[in-house]
Amino acid sequence: MIRFRLNGEAAQFDDSERDMPLLYVLRSPAVGEMTPKLGCGIEQCGTCRVLVDGEPAYACTLPAGAVEGRHVETAAGLDTPVRRALIESNATQCGYCLPGIIVAAEALFRANPRPSGAEIATALDSQLCRCGSHPRVLRALLEVAGR
Amino acid sequence: MKPLPHALVATPSLDRWIRLTGDGAVIAFTGKVEIGQGILAALGTIVAEELDVARRRVQVVSGHTGHTPNEGVTAGSMSIETSGAALRQASAWARCLLLQRAATRLGVAEDNLTVADGEITGPGVNERLTYWNLADRPFGFEIRDRMPEKATSAYRLVGRDGQRRADILAKATAAAFVHDCAAQLHARMVRPPSLRHRLIELDVDVAAPGRLVVDGSFVAVAHPVEFEAERLAQRIAGSARWLRIGSPPEGFDIDESRRETAEAFPLRNGVPSPVPRRQVATTHRAVYRRPFLMHASIAPSAAIAVWRDGALAIECSSQGIEPLRQVVALVLGIDPDAIEIRHVPGAGCYGHNGADDAALDAALVARAVPGHRVSLKWSREEEHGFEPLGPAMHVEMGASLDAEGRVSSWTHDAYGFTHVARPSPGASGVDLLSARFLAEPFEPTSPRPALGPEVGIHRNALPIYSFPDQEVTKHFVADAPVRTSALRGLGAQGNVFAIESFMDELAHSAGVDPVEFRRRHLRHDPRALAVLEAVLKSSGGLTGHRGLALARYKNRQCCAAVVAEVSVDPETAEIRVPRLWIAADAGRVIDPDGLTNQLEGGAVQALSWCLKEAVSFDADGAVTSRDWSSYPILRFSEAPEIETVLLDRPELDPLGAGEATVGPTSGALANAVFAATGLRIGDLPMTPDRLREAAAR
Ligand code: FES
Ligand code: FES
Repeated sequence: MIRFRLNGEAAQFDDSERDMPLLYVLRSPAVGEMTPKLGCGIEQCGTCRVLVDGEPAYACTLPAGAVEGRHVETAAGLDTPVRRALIESNATQCGYCLPGIIVAAEALFRANPRPSGAEIATALDSQLCRCGSHPRVLRALLEVAGR
Repeated sequence: MKPLPHALVATPSLDRWIRLTGDGAVIAFTGKVEIGQGILAALGTIVAEELDVARRRVQVVSGHTGHTPNEGVTAGSMSIETSGAALRQASAWARCLLLQRAATRLGVAEDNLTVADGEITGPGVNERLTYWNLADRPFGFEIRDRMPEKATSAYRLVGRDGQRRADILAKATAAAFVHDCAAQLHARMVRPPSLRHRLIELDVDVAAPGRLVVDGSFVAVAHPVEFEAERLAQRIAGSARWLRIGSPPEGFDIDESRRETAEAFPLRNGVPSPVPRRQVATTHRAVYRRPFLMHASIAPSAAIAVWRDGALAIECSSQGIEPLRQVVALVLGIDPDAIEIRHVPGAGCYGHNGADDAALDAALVARAVPGHRVSLKWSREEEHGFEPLGPAMHVEMGASLDAEGRVSSWTHDAYGFTHVARPSPGASGVDLLSARFLAEPFEPTSPRPALGPEVGIHRNALPIYSFPDQEVTKHFVADAPVRTSALRGLGAQGNVFAIESFMDELAHSAGVDPVEFRRRHLRHDPRALAVLEAVLKSSGGLTGHRGLALARYKNRQCCAAVVAEVSVDPETAEIRVPRLWIAADAGRVIDPDGLTNQLEGGAVQALSWCLKEAVSFDADGAVTSRDWSSYPILRFSEAPEIETVLLDRPELDPLGAGEATVGPTSGALANAVFAATGLRIGDLPMTPDRLREAAAR
């Protein structure tokens, strides 16, 4: 068994799944964490974003074995001002991109609690949104930054 | 008096629309579905308003064959207008019938009763009485005529700020999409290189231990472990050999030969008509084009299916579960009644994408593994490679100006391929991707020109302006080189881009300010003038590198005006849009924030189309732009700040708005680029290369 922490709780998966991308292991019945989504599978869209020991990672390509003994956080575990602001301001349309955006924004705010608009936009350039929710995501996050 | 909403005529039983449950809740049923725009939230607000209950009590159940009213396809920005009108009227009846029950029970006159959050009070009412005390039996009532509705002046929810979408929390933090539903088997497709390829050889052994499903050139594999299904699909793909059948497409442009062979339908009273195109002399001409575009949903299409005892249950994110049920039944050779389809949200849907196709794919696999719940997911490559594309367009404009700087004659010739190829039971073919690959194939419908008002190629080809002499013609090109269908706005984006670019060119030629030039031709249309003035006021006018455009979607829905501001990098020739202003009149506003979200989303998507997007192909017609680097879309650091002004018209019916800004944004961008550079870019997308080419001319 490979053990890790998922949103603060103990979690594990079978050794044989070590080489699978983390995203598939997280979403498997054994772990059951469906918040990160598959969008492309090749690090181009960011819908699969998670934090591994606080660092943003693409779960669609990261081999699951790499999280052994580490802490994986998904949007489900990030009940933070960033997530609350995005949800409370309806800063999405379909919502499929939102879990990844929450994770990427959270990583930014941990490193830089008062980012500028340009810093927020650049940090989110790894995240695609096809519905065009960009302006309201940026507005919501600027408020969190107190700007 | 207004007629009954269509949907109520089709489904008059009140119990099919509104149900009260014992726990103080109201369930509203709609045949329209959530395609990522918050439509269900708005419908719930309409019901809560009309019934006089708290918003949180209303839950909306949508898109489930046999359970929700059949409301056809969720498209064309029609949900608020059609389902909203039906639910409002149904709620008015429900309220009235419940008050009648209360009056009977209390022995008082109904007129004396009032309702607040479902609690009924009035003179002589001493016991606590709620709707739910009275809902011990169904309504058992058929709606045949109109019940007067609540006066909009008494509204306490509709039109108010601060409405929240209850679905967002789950979407941010849990399983919420069709992709997230549990399944016993995961399936992946093994696709041919293009629509023109058929299977000639396959090593079936490499599929072990997965379950291989082959039917002609339809190839899929299923496995209990999702990643295994994916690996197996890749292995099988590596072993498959395909042969191109038929001849390759003759290019992808709407070139002269395609234009010459196109069928021409001049619009008469807004309807494409088989009459000769009237010759109208013009002195100014211009051509505007857009390439093939993708919906490019952020999530690859997916569906769930289970086949049990000859019956099929599907969960998918199709925009039209009822027509889909009929067409899937046809392909499988079973009774439509043996199929149940439930809509489960997918990612944002901007028209006819792969959602229906994935439903058939899942069904075909499920049939091969009876009793197993199958989740079939497309890959990103497949989504980009096989979704129906938004058709390319070619629009030729002509006009003459009189001595006072007014348009004296106007021609608009819109050329293109079909925008309408959704699976439909009445069609001559089957418009589901995999049907053509089966051992006993079903060919897709041969494209036919759509001849209703404001559809397909000629949507918004009629100008919003009043001109003394105009000839507007739809030109239908039948031989599309690729599969095309509905993409947000259909022809409206290309047509409004052309009209609004051309209006600016004409204003320039006439030496008249572009705003004044538009006003001159809009005197007949106070609502359009009002959005024009509103956007000028909020933006501060057309100073600097700004452009303006406006249109009324389908010439009868939401009227939107857009001002775009651009900056063009002198080194890289890259166009940026730091700011954008929108003003819109969508009639009565249900949810200001939701409406703003839709208008802004459409604007951002249109900027993305206009600045970056074009599908590329190989000689066989296979899409070669199959990922996000070969088909880039607008990113966060490229998105504008947007300010939106809504002109609420509480006394008027609400109008759909999801597609209203795509045309005006495209035109405003082109006009802003002209203001910034003096260059007129008629060919989308406006890439740095295009800008350099134009500068060199
Ligand atoms: S799914 Fe991982 S980046 Fe797209
Ligand atoms: S809200 Fe749909 S992709 Fe971002």
